[in-house]
Amino acid sequence: MNNNALPLGFLQAGCSAVVRECQGGKSLRQRLIELGLVHGTRVRVVKNDRGGPLIISVGEGRLAIGRGMALKIMVEEAS
Amino acid sequence: MEAAQVIKKEAQVVVALAGNPNSGKTTVFNSLTGARQHVGNWPGVTVEKKEGQLFSEGKAVRVVDLPGTYSLSAYSEDEAVARNYILLEKPDVVINIVDATNLERNLYLTTQLLEMGANVVIALNMSDELKARQMEIDMKKLSELLDVPVVRTVATRNQGMKELVNSVLQAAKTKKKEFLRVNYGKEMEKELTSLEKDILSNTKLAEKFSSRWLAVKILEGDESVLNELIKYAGPKQIFAGREDAVKRLESMWGEDIDSLVADRRYGFISGLAKEVIKRRKSAADRASTSDRIDSIVTNRYLGIPVFLLAMWAIFQFTFKIGDPLIGLVESLFEWFGGAVMAWLESLGAAELLISLVGDGIIGGVGSVLVFIPPIFLLFFAISLLEDSGYMARAAYIVDRFMHSLGLHGKSFIPLLVGFGCNTPAIMATRTLENKNDRLITILINPLMSCAARLPVYVLFAGAFFGARQGMVIFSLYLLGIVLAIIMGVVFKRLLFKGETSHFVMELPPYRIPTLKSTFIHMWERGSAFIRKAGTIIFAVVILVWVLSSLPAGVEYASQGSLLGRIGGFVAPIFSPAGFGTWEAAAALIFGVLAKEVVVGTLGVVYGIGEAGLSEAIALHWTPLSAYAFMVMTLIYVPCMAVIGAIKRETNSWGWTAFSVGYTFVLGWLMAVLVFQVGKLLGLG
Repeated sequence: MNNNALPLGFLQAGCSAVVRECQGGKSLRQRLIELGLVHGTRVRVVKNDRGGPLIISVGEGRLAIGRGMALKIMVEEAS
Repeated sequence: MEAAQVIKKEAQVVVALAGNPNSGKTTVFNSLTGARQHVGNWPGVTVEKKEGQLFSEGKAVRVVDLPGTYSLSAYSEDEAVARNYILLEKPDVVINIVDATNLERNLYLTTQLLEMGANVVIALNMSDELKARQMEIDMKKLSELLDVPVVRTVATRNQGMKELVNSVLQAAKTKKKEFLRVNYGKEMEKELTSLEKDILSNTKLAEKFSSRWLAVKILEGDESVLNELIKYAGPKQIFAGREDAVKRLESMWGEDIDSLVADRRYGFISGLAKEVIKRRKSAADRASTSDRIDSIVTNRYLGIPVFLLAMWAIFQFTFKIGDPLIGLVESLFEWFGGAVMAWLESLGAAELLISLVGDGIIGGVGSVLVFIPPIFLLFFAISLLEDSGYMARAAYIVDRFMHSLGLHGKSFIPLLVGFGCNTPAIMATRTLENKNDRLITILINPLMSCAARLPVYVLFAGAFFGARQGMVIFSLYLLGIVLAIIMGVVFKRLLFKGETSHFVMELPPYRIPTLKSTFIHMWERGSAFIRKAGTIIFAVVILVWVLSSLPAGVEYASQGSLLGRIGGFVAPIFSPAGFGTWEAAAALIFGVLAKEVVVGTLGVVYGIGEAGLSEAIALHWTPLSAYAFMVMTLIYVPCMAVIGAIKRETNSWGWTAFSVGYTFVLGWLMAVLVFQVGKLLGLG
């Protein structure tokens, strides 16, 4: 769909990105939708250590998100 | 007759509260009803259905607090509860509490409520925090665009509550006229219209549900709605129609239907948000104060030390301040018991009565009540952690570790709450979406040593381990944690194979907890302990006293008494663990009713209150058998209240029986292991 898409989990802290698609099953997608992580949502990675969950910023809120999940969310880096 | 009708009708106004977790819903509920409930900062604290009454201008309004949810897709149990209530019970008004600082995400739920045709009043909460974020919300426009009343509130400071009530009463009078119609785009709208036609041709369906809402849900493929439909006659046509529509749409857009519907809904919301929010600087790109605190607290190297420090501080706080207070309450009861017994004697009361009041009631209940100080202090500390927002960070920090158990960070919160009391802890597992994760967390929860077990440790450790009692007690807590970890891994491997579910959790902004709210939360939880002492423990203590005094003429609390015989019958089981006495067995049996009763029973059978109990114990036990007994008390069979909670939450007698069975076997094995190994090492 897009060659620039990469998993959210690959982004360094401080990077901003736009959500492109989610490769998980239905329940994962549902969860993401509820939290506002849909196609076109702008997110910023607040924290990304090797291993363990990430912290991302969506709108005004902060979400802790498991690494497995973060690897299934494809994003496109934004400046 | 007319008047009667009016009264009846007015008494019937029912208002439901709906909102995202952390939107301040519970605070609004408390402000409206004056009810004292718990307010926490982690998602899903409102797991029970709570109701309250509100009186305004002579009208009674029933207020129902729905679980906090992000949507109404019935994906988790909380969502299903909220959705079914609105759909089936049809409250007159739904107050939708919207976190003003997080408008877009909160509006997702709002949109779903409006699509369902709920009569909504929006409470734009935490609007005082907008300024700090350099944001403004055009309330008038929001109200116009959604065609609902919008009221500005700051629930923590009780602002806007009056206006909210007025608005609600107004809305209750004017029934909602039209449902919100999100425009799903030309192609999807075409399919929706044809689905709606099919629905309307089915009179039973059309009567019960809004056709538009049902059409959207069917197209979306909402499983619980589809399952519900099967109950109705003739939905075949609808299902066939859906399949065709889905095929057409998915091939056209190359995306799954549920994503398509959600995308459109979000498109509607972000358009809405753009019109009503004015901000000077994009907040997503700005580091907030919370982020700065997080950069330390969740730091890869500092996070764990900070976490351990917080846990250590809780225990220090609880016991360093609690210990001297225990002594104080103790002497109070000693004095009180002595005074009452002397008074009764002076009245010439029967010896039996004096024994009942002195040995039974004051001795038994008193020996439990002396533990009020540490229990309240522990709950105070836990409330402080929750209200400040640190609890969610703690879950984040331990996520990596919990993964090795096959669980994730969210399971940590119920486990930590378990140190206070396992009953609310087991209810708190409702925030876990995955059934298996939830079941494992429930099963290992009783291994978290609750506050009710503390009296037993304090008593025995105090009697035998003197200066090292702190370490001994800590070792028991640690043992519980280690066993929980082992059992968690075992259960995961043997019973629930499969992948770990995904971990997502909101990190609420840090807030400075107010002393008042922390005290209220401490009181709510702690007072349950006092109530228990006044009811269950009181009753059990009298029962134990009666069993100790029967058959008539027997020496009080001797081996010949009924209690002695029951205990003596069971006692041999515990011989390998070093406490095969009838007293210990009786204490353990009654301890199942409530763990504090272990101490209460010993207080009764040794015929003395807490004061002399410690000496009596030192006389009848050895340090090794005392430690084995503490291990047994820690692990064996959860108390009745917890067993009840497990049954309610697992909805299965099988799992309830399993948890009772495995804890008993594990407790016995560990106690025997401690005693036998100790003996081999020459500690006996």
